[in-house]
Order: sequence, then C-alpha cells, then structure tokens
Amino acid sequence: MNSISQGFWDAWGLILTFDPDLYEIIFLSLQVTVSAVIIASAIGLPLGAWLAVNRFRFRRYAIAILNALMGLPPVVVGLFVYMLLSRAGPLGGFGLLFSPEAMIIAQVIIITPLIASISHQTLRDLWAEYHDLLISMNATRMQRIRALLWDGRRALLTAMLAGFGRAIGEVGAIMIVGGNIDHATRVLTTAIALETGKGNFAFAMGLGLVLIMLAVIINLLIHALGKTERASTW
Amino acid sequence: MVILPLKMQGATAHIRKKRLVGPVDITITADGFTIIMGPNGAGKTTLLRLMHGLQRCSGGLVEWAVPHAKAREKQAYVFQSPIMMRRRVVDSIAYPLRLRGLSASAARATARESAGRFGLEKLLDSWAPMLSGGEKQKLSLARALVIEPDILFLDEPCANLDGRAIREIEAILRDAQAAGTRIVMSTHDMGQARRLAQDVVFMYDGKIHEHTAADAFFTSPTTKEAHAFINGDIVE
Repeated sequence: MNSISQGFWDAWGLILTFDPDLYEIIFLSLQVTVSAVIIASAIGLPLGAWLAVNRFRFRRYAIAILNALMGLPPVVVGLFVYMLLSRAGPLGGFGLLFSPEAMIIAQVIIITPLIASISHQTLRDLWAEYHDLLISMNATRMQRIRALLWDGRRALLTAMLAGFGRAIGEVGAIMIVGGNIDHATRVLTTAIALETGKGNFAFAMGLGLVLIMLAVIINLLIHALGKTERASTW
Repeated sequence: MVILPLKMQGATAHIRKKRLVGPVDITITADGFTIIMGPNGAGKTTLLRLMHGLQRCSGGLVEWAVPHAKAREKQAYVFQSPIMMRRRVVDSIAYPLRLRGLSASAARATARESAGRFGLEKLLDSWAPMLSGGEKQKLSLARALVIEPDILFLDEPCANLDGRAIREIEAILRDAQAAGTRIVMSTHDMGQARRLAQDVVFMYDGKIHEHTAADAFFTSPTTKEAHAFINGDIVE
C-alpha cells in the first residue's frame, strides 16, 4: 500500500516538474497512437460503410471474418509485422523494424477491424433508415457511403475512440516490432512493463497514471468537440 | 425533356411468392392530380413504389417516355413517415441538389430561397430530426420539390397530421401542380381526395378496380367495393 501511495505522489512530481523522459515517452505514445487511429479510420470507416450499403454473395462471411479479426492477438500481429519488416522479410528493405513506423503499422492492423466492425454496426442501422430515401433520390453508391459517413459522424467517433483505447493500451505487438528502445521507440505501455520489471514502481506508476489520464482526456475532448451528448439522438 | 407518360402493362409485384399487386395496367399522362384510394393492404403503397422504381416488378412492364435512368432524375417521392437526414433543415433541402452536382454554396442558396414556399424559413438552421410531424412532412415536400420534378409520388403524406398542417400541405401540392409537377398520391382521407383529385385510382386486393375522373368516381362508382368504400362501409 505504501509503495502505491509513494508511487502516486512521485508520479505527480514527475508530471508537474515536466520530467523530460516522461514527456518524451508521452509524446511518442500519442504520435504513434494518433497516427494509427487516423490511418485505421481512413480504412475502417469507409469499409464499414461499404459493407453496410452493399449486398454481395459472401457478405455475411466477410462481416463474420471482420468481427473475428477484432480479437486478433496483438502478440501474433507483432510477430507477423516483425517477420514482414525484418531483413529477411518481404518489406525488410525499408528498414522500418524497431521504428515508430513499425509500431504504427502493427497498431493499424490491430485496430482497423475494430473500427470497421463498430462503424459497420452503426451505419447498418442508419442505412436501414436512409435506404428508401437515398434510392429514391437516385444517389450513387459513393454518394450513399458519403451520406452515411457524414450523417453518422458523431456515432462514428465512438468507433474511433474504441480504436484509440485499444491502441494506446497496447503492449505486446509494439514491444516486438518497436523493441522498447530508449529515446527511440519507448512508449507508455512498454515503459511501464520495463519499469515494473526493474522494480521502479514510482516511475511505472507515474506512467500508468499518465496513460489513464490521457485516455480519459482524449475521450472527453472528442465528446466535447463532437457535441456527442448534446445531440445524442443522432 | 418530359418523362411522362408513364405506362404500366401487366405490372406485378410479389414478395416471397405472395402477390402484392397486379397485374396492373395504367397510364399516367402529363397533366393531372391522381389520387390512389383503397382499404388497407389494397396495394396503394406498392403501386406507388412500382411506379417510382423503389420496388422491382416481378412481371409486366413499367415504361417512361425516356429511358429509366433519365426518368429517375425527374421524379421525387414523399414517404408516409418522413425520413429525416441527420442534418440541418437547409442542408436537407440542399441535399438533392448536391447529388446533382451543385456546389454546397449554390445548393444552400437555392434551399434558402425555396424554404419560404414551405413555411420553413425560420427553421432553416434547426436540426431536421427535431422538427414536429407537420414540419417534417413540409421539409420532405421541400426536399422533393427543390429539384422541380416532372412527377411527384406521395404515400399518404398527411397521415397523422392535424387540420392546419393538412391545409398547408394541400396548398403546397396545389402550387406544385400549378408549377407543372404531375402528382400521384395515395390517401385514406375521403375529404382530401374530393378536394384534390382530378382522377381517382381505386385499388382492391392488389388490383385496380376503377380509374376514372374524380367526379365520376365519387358520384357513380362502378364496382361494389368502391361504392362501399365511398359510403364508409367496411371493405375487407
């Protein structure tokens, strides 16, 4: 109990004194996660809308596979990306292994199915509502997808936040492909794992506290910007 | 380009082998105000959807004076339960124009200009889903008429509305007709049919039992079902 309270106060000390190591880790975590969420959203949101609007032969199987991919084990994704980016791998020539870019790639693979699946579920309901109207208006497939994405934008924030939450707390894959290198690829989760292993509970606690605060602040910020609660009915 | 007349020959609609409508033969000419009447389940909505192309024929033909793709551009449809896009009123009216390639500013300007005709000028910045029932239906009409369609289909647009809203909507429909839009509308409201109809299509059991001038229909219906319907008897 004593170590927890000591860790808590030490953590606040590190945050309030703008400890450079701590803030470097925070910024890299945000950089990697926000980049991954942006890329995954650019892929996942239109994919979710496309699946909602289109009817094709193996649609049910495609949705089932997408839902199954939400539970991708991060360690396996890390191993897969490691093999892709390692020197002997097909993308080894790019020299991306143990870089923030490799961590972004791993996170994108992990959270894209999550964002696509949640957005599909949201937009499927909206499409049921809009179907007759957009068909009647003679909207093209692309116009239908754009209408769904635009009118469902507030609900889609939830999908993006779910992706952010999964990515910022992820440790297995980015540990493998990033290597947890000090001042290069060390992020909050890998640093917590390392500091805990070293018995440096205060610093680990500080990092954990920051991680939780970041997740809460980003969620509140996006809800405020998206006016989600004020216009909750749509 | 005039897309009318619309000709249906032996048009039939089925869902899971159950016949909903047909076979139906009807011609909708370029002028007029057609009211489709009949008891619940007679096939009024299905007939409108077949005409508009929201439902595919399982048999027969639906033909316009121009190819179907061209004809779709000059039609509009108003649903019984207004479908409100999650947008502001001005953007909802502007949306069909945006689909036709107008810039956002031009479409909005046209929407603002036309809103006055529908009594929506003070609601332009309101969220469409937050409007009252009557306001939603007026918005549906504004959205449908902003493209100046050759033909407007309406599926019981005044169901569940109060007298004032009905009067306003009827005035809008008369103006639209005067401006050159052909109107085909279903209704249960006998009074409304008498006020608006130039010709009446009476449907029963998925088939057109009568298609005559409104005066003739209300004074001397030729089928016993239509006679009973006009007299307010229960027609099953």
